[in-house]
Order: sequence, then structure tokens, then C-alpha cells
Amino acid sequence: MTLPDKRGTIEEAISAIGDGASVMLGGFGVPGTPFCLIRELVRQGPRNLTVIKNDANEAGMGVDWLLENGQVARLITSHIGLNPTAIRMMNEGVIEVEFVPQGILAERIRTAGAGMMGFVTDIGLGTPIEEGKPRIAMDGRTGLLETALRADFALIHADRADAFGNLSFSASARNFNPLMAMAARKTIVEAERMVPLGALLPEHVHLSGTFIDTVVELTELPEVYGVIQR
Amino acid sequence: MSSNAKERMLKRAAADIAPGMTVNLGIGLPTEVLQHVEPGLPVCLHSENGIAGVGPVLSPDKADRNLIDAGGAYVSAIPGTAFFDSAVSFAIVRSGRLDLSLLGAFEVAANGDLANWKIPGKFSPGMGGAIELAQKARRVGVIMMHTDRRGNPKILDRCTLPLTARGHVNRIYTDMAVFDITADGLQLREIALGTDLTELRAATGAPFHVPDQDLPRF
Repeated sequence: MTLPDKRGTIEEAISAIGDGASVMLGGFGVPGTPFCLIRELVRQGPRNLTVIKNDANEAGMGVDWLLENGQVARLITSHIGLNPTAIRMMNEGVIEVEFVPQGILAERIRTAGAGMMGFVTDIGLGTPIEEGKPRIAMDGRTGLLETALRADFALIHADRADAFGNLSFSASARNFNPLMAMAARKTIVEAERMVPLGALLPEHVHLSGTFIDTVVELTELPEVYGVIQR
Repeated sequence: MSSNAKERMLKRAAADIAPGMTVNLGIGLPTEVLQHVEPGLPVCLHSENGIAGVGPVLSPDKADRNLIDAGGAYVSAIPGTAFFDSAVSFAIVRSGRLDLSLLGAFEVAANGDLANWKIPGKFSPGMGGAIELAQKARRVGVIMMHTDRRGNPKILDRCTLPLTARGHVNRIYTDMAVFDITADGLQLREIALGTDLTELRAATGAPFHVPDQDLPRF
């Protein structure tokens, strides 16, 4: 037996994303952000997107390309403090921003990927985060109902992948990538290095290829992936 | 404020990191505390983006492009460092594994309330991990300049901005003083070199208790 081959081209993979789609983007800052997939999303230009990403990157990179190109209607995120464009567009009402505490964002995504509908937490009780969420009494404590967060697509960056989509991530580039890969209807991975099936030892696979639909090999690593000189 | 006063504030906060602790340093001033942690100290630094065992900050020429802390500084791994995803990272936070969380602030109140994520209509960076870090760490310290850029107090009787967490701050470190938040309100513990009580009162938007004995200086 052999595992299916899911390798595909970046153009064809991204062409499935149409106007109004919800798209999860891996990454925390630069590490783990799928810049090449985002760049292709900008080139193909679907609009009115709901983008789900931990942060809005910084000016001139990643999420900022989508914002500047007018493709984003809504951003679900935990922090946009390093991107003045995102803050300006939010203040001007050009984009809608939903702030979610970072670990709750991760857990809502994980919950969707685990096939669950939601969970109860006391995070955010007594703060504006509570607004619109049902209060649940449980074991003599009060919590808020948080719902699972899924998306039409997840765009993921991995260090290594095999043709089936088994992935391994580098250092702090793991972050939201494996969670988002599990929570989308279609998951597209860009990998820095393609390795033969079996080259990733079973014990060293960070995410099983069962969650992956398309694997794209990066033939170059543009400068945006590099160390930022501040 | 002189850079000297800022350095002393960071150093003072670093002195509260004790052997054996698991500690999270938030975005901004708190991550700068890392530079004042004694290299040999047995302590596990947690970073919300998925690191336990954060090592020293590296210069860009030595940096690993995939290894940053929550504030975006290039950090290093040390023997025993582990990487994990963001859900595991916040499982560590919410389940009470952090002994100490150091956070920045727009405002802190005498009752321990914290506001650091939203200035409506002006600058709303978002909370990142701050709500969970403030709500679930065993001890919460705030590090900030004592006043804002216009000289207005940031320590207030009650916060005016949307809250990050209610009543969870234990200690405040500023360039002028160290305060504890107690059941009796704000308690002055230490005062910066070159700062006097009159100045401190004028720059603080809430009453505070002053101990009878001499105040330690930092």
C-alpha cells in the first residue's frame, strides 16, 4: 500500500478560493506565515474575504498585502498592534475586526478541528469580551460559551512535507498552523522542503496528512521570510 | 525619563523572577526584562507563541528566522527548550502553570483592574494573550512608565478604558516606584532613586499607603 499523492500547483490550489470565502492563515508574526500562498491569493484577487489570523503581520507583508489590495471585509484576530494599516482601516470602518483572546482563538479553532461545537471558559468574564456570549453555570462556577471557529480554507506554512501532507514545523513557526490545518474544509500547505514518504519518521510528524488537501512545494523563499532588520 | 530609570525598572522587575519559576513576559517592556535575567538562573520562560525555555535574545546576524518571542525579538533555544502549538501554549497559561506573568498596561487601577488592549477609536491593538495571562497566572506584575506621554497618571483609582481583566494585578513596577495591590488598596513598596514622595503623589491617580520605615530605593 502507498499513501495518496496530494502535490499540486499553487495557482490551481488558490483558484478554489472565491469571493466571500473565509480563510485561515497560519503564523505568529513572520514565523509560520504562508507568504507565498498569500501572495498568490493577492494575485488572483478574490474579494470580501473573512481572514482569520493571530495577527495582521506588519506593514508591507502578508495580511497587509490583502488589506492594501482591498480584499478583506472582516478580520478575526487577537492582535493588530504592529500593522498601522489594519488599525486605520478598522477605525475608518473599512474592515470589521473581531478581537478574540489569543488562546481562545486557538481553542475555538482547535475545537472546530476536533469536530466539536464549542466549550465553556471563564476567560474574559467581566470584560467587554463577554458581550453577546451566553453565560453558563457549571459546578458552581460561571463561564462563557465559546463556539467552534471553522473556515472554508486554511493556508499553512510547513518546514517539511511529504506528498501525503505529513508535516513538520520549525521552532516557533508551528503556532496556529496545525490547529488551522484541522479546522478548514480545504487545507493548502506550502512547504519549504518536500521529502520522500517515510523521510519524516512517524514519531516526528507534527501533523498527519489526513488533514491536508493540497501540498505546494516552494521553489524559492522570498526575502519576506527572512530575519527582519530593525 | 532617563534611559537609566527605565533600565533600573526593568532590572527591579527581573529581581522578582525567582529560581524554579515558570514566567511569561508580555509584549513591550516586559520582554525587555529578559535582558536583565541572570543567565545562570534556573527559570523556565514561556512565550505565548509556543515556547517553554526561551533563551537569550540574539542579534539579527545570529538569529534563527523562525524563532521569535511574543514581541518579535529573535530569541534562542537552550538545552531543554520545547516548541508547541498555540493551543498547548495557552493550555499552559489557563491551567495555572505560570508562576508569574509580566504585562504592559495603558492603565492599572488600585483595585487590580488592568486595561491594555483598547483605546476606542484611537489605538486598539487587541489583547493578544493578555486576558488569559492576566487572569490565570498565579502572580501578575505590570511594568510601565509611570505616566503617559502627556504626563497623565496611568495608575488610577478606577480604569477608564475597556478592561483586560478584573482585579488580577498584584504588583506594579514603574520608572518611579514599586506598588503592591492589597486588600487595603495601593501600597507603596519601593521608590526610584531621584524620585520623592511629592512628585510620586502628583504623578499617581490614586491614593496609596506609605510605610513608616524607610523606603527601599531601586
